[in-house]
Amino acid sequence: MMPDLDRRAFLKLVGGGIVVLVRLGPSPALAQFGRGYPEDFNAYLRIDEDGKVTVFSGKIEMGQGVTTSLAQMAAEELGVALDSIEMVLGDTDRCPWDMGTFGSLTTRVFGPVLRKAAAEARAILIELAAEKLGVPRDRLVVRQGVVSVRDEPGRQVSYGALARGQAIARTLGEEAVLRSVEEFEVMGRSVQRLDAVAKVTGKAQYAADIRLPGLLYARILRPPAHGATLARVDTSEAAAMEGVRVVEEDGLVAVLHVDPEMAGAALGRLRPEWNAASPGADTDGVFDDLLSRAPAPEVTGVKGDVEAARTAGTPVLESTFRKGYVAHAPIEPHAATAQLKEGKLTVWSSTQTPFPLRDELARTMGLEAERVRVITPYVGGGFGGKTAGRQAEEAARLARITGQPVQVAWTRAEEFFYDTLDPACIVKIASAVDGDGRITLWDCDVYFAGDRAAEIFYDIPHTRMRVFGGWMGPGASAHRFAVGPWRAPGANMNVFARESQIDVLASEAKVDPVDFRLRNMGDERMGRVVREAAKAFGWTPQPAPSGRGWGVAAGIDSGAYVALAVEVEVDRETGAVRVERVVCAQDMGIVVNPEGAIMQMEGCITMGLGYVLSEELRFDGGRMLDDNFDTYELPRLSWLPRIETVLVKNDALAPQGGGEPPIVPMGGAIANAVFDATGERIFRLPLTPARVKEALGKRRAG
Amino acid sequence: MKKSIGFRLNGQPTTLDTEEDRTLLWVLRTDLGLTGTKCGCGIGACGSCTVVVDGTAVRSCQTTLMEVAGKEVTTIEGLARGDELHPLQQAFVDHGGLQCGFCTPGMIMNAYGLLLEDPRPSREKVVDAMEGNLCRCSAYKRILEAIESVASSNGGRS
Repeated sequence: MMPDLDRRAFLKLVGGGIVVLVRLGPSPALAQFGRGYPEDFNAYLRIDEDGKVTVFSGKIEMGQGVTTSLAQMAAEELGVALDSIEMVLGDTDRCPWDMGTFGSLTTRVFGPVLRKAAAEARAILIELAAEKLGVPRDRLVVRQGVVSVRDEPGRQVSYGALARGQAIARTLGEEAVLRSVEEFEVMGRSVQRLDAVAKVTGKAQYAADIRLPGLLYARILRPPAHGATLARVDTSEAAAMEGVRVVEEDGLVAVLHVDPEMAGAALGRLRPEWNAASPGADTDGVFDDLLSRAPAPEVTGVKGDVEAARTAGTPVLESTFRKGYVAHAPIEPHAATAQLKEGKLTVWSSTQTPFPLRDELARTMGLEAERVRVITPYVGGGFGGKTAGRQAEEAARLARITGQPVQVAWTRAEEFFYDTLDPACIVKIASAVDGDGRITLWDCDVYFAGDRAAEIFYDIPHTRMRVFGGWMGPGASAHRFAVGPWRAPGANMNVFARESQIDVLASEAKVDPVDFRLRNMGDERMGRVVREAAKAFGWTPQPAPSGRGWGVAAGIDSGAYVALAVEVEVDRETGAVRVERVVCAQDMGIVVNPEGAIMQMEGCITMGLGYVLSEELRFDGGRMLDDNFDTYELPRLSWLPRIETVLVKNDALAPQGGGEPPIVPMGGAIANAVFDATGERIFRLPLTPARVKEALGKRRAG
Repeated sequence: MKKSIGFRLNGQPTTLDTEEDRTLLWVLRTDLGLTGTKCGCGIGACGSCTVVVDGTAVRSCQTTLMEVAGKEVTTIEGLARGDELHPLQQAFVDHGGLQCGFCTPGMIMNAYGLLLEDPRPSREKVVDAMEGNLCRCSAYKRILEAIESVASSNGGRS
């Protein structure tokens, strides 16, 4: 590999203007995947001769608003108007390599380097302007893409004029000086989403909206259960239908037609015989089943002497928390449109990871990576579920077999069946509290939820955490279904368990839950966030259960600190929990787009109602019992609580993640509020009406 | 059997020679190339495919072509007048009533149908009417604010 040569070829491809290459730092992944592109940068920014600024990045837009926040960052540092920035995202031929969009990394990790690149571009432009105008650099000011001489507004030159005839390429150095919070003109302000108009007019295209001449719509034969295998299939009836093409290749059985409905009808005419799936655990039995197959633990967070503290005489309170499988359920099901033309495969795909997908397609199709292009149109929600690319591979294979462009758009049932689910998991915590309301012991075993957001920010002398698997690695293969990352993977469960158990201890100590947290707080930044949430809520101290239906929980995720205070109402007849009010305080460092950040907070809170109150994919062995929204219940408009958000100012800290953190404490806050309302604690998510009713019934009976 | 089926689509007379039992959603998305109307569930349980037929919001995935013969069909593409957004579209933009945008056309068309029927609905009525439109990004708070802002001004242009 000769990066310099590649770089020259690349720059020729890019054309003239001023280009600044952005590097995220050394990455072994780059060496592994970066074929076909210069390997030493991950994004670039170009100032064209007409003054237009284009940012090319392998990130994608799935609703989280990065098109807008990244453009804001570039505009701020460059000194141009926001609307002069164009974002080109997720196109593997036009954008440099990127690992993908997940983990709230875009703003946190990619943001600072993009800002530096824009700042460097600005420095280059000022240098050029100084030459052109014949004045020293320090006499120049930039405004809206125009460089002018201070106090002589007549002497000026635009970025476009400066870029004209240039072919300057720089790799980002370390010296670029970023604008400070006090100087911000674009960042730190709420702006309208740049993708809003396209989305309200129906012009925004998603992967299933791509139309190509000769496009065939495919439907694929799916097993009735995970583990069932195809014995034989009679395709004659389907093949006899007018315009239907039947494909059978290496286990892939598909019917295709120019009309998707006809393809669907043909699918119904296939006569498959299946070898039945082996029986297995169901929705309720899966927890014992998983515990029997847990991988060896990783031991972390060891402090003091847990064994000694267990036998020190203070009563040890042990709890077991459970959570079932949760689906991503984006409203856009996975879709891909594939075209193989003159040896080049182009796939429009709903994906969070266009570059890894390109490489996967190259491998499975036996093509060089350069011969594969993945284009990511708007993605209709991801939440971690669009990191797998099965549908793109299916579309690519079918395009090769049929010699025509092919679209594979999953039905809702396929979406539930092949979703990489948030895994079922178990957390066991043994803990103790002394007579002064100080926590003395925290011994936590996590099964299948990993260690994200599991750190203990309370000041406890004796702690231990053992993690028996997570959503990836050895834990993933213990499940019968594919599992994967789900908005803040594992963190929802870890925080539900920890914050529930903290309330168990608070109740034991007869101390108000907010006071109890502050009394045991080991992290002042979190203490501040909890106090802010309590203050905005109007919290008054009372030990739980107070009958008020109030709950509090706190968590750290993606560098952001969040505390929630909620109020619930429990219908004692039906067991239904209604969340009336949620106050969310969040410290996420510098806030790039306050309105955008608040939208993500509101979205997290409202989406979080689902995994806490209703969402659990039910199954029996390998058969999914939920396959559409008629039985798998997502939050609806009527569930909407009153939401109040507080951004806790912390401008000393660079921007932190914002797309995931507030969903993390939802389970703990609501479960604690249900306990506060009823005196009953529910240890299993979701808190369905049946489970709440059962718990209340036991109380009456007991 | 193919038949000639006529209806008005976004104000324009439209005639198709096709099978009358085909689903409106797929005819819009394929034959007519109007991909703003989305398929999210296929059983009328998510609302992404909502269009307005003769002033009433319907799920186009549950509507056949013969059911709209001779009628006026409005899709998300027919709401703006040139570059001028419909007040509901503008309100969704202004209030940030969208994230990934996939449910947005259905949300707006469902709200459009509601406001045609009742230009000044109560909050209860708005919530009730929008209950079958799912938004996984959960932008509900701003969706509600957007609809109510139009309902409280002029009830939208009809």
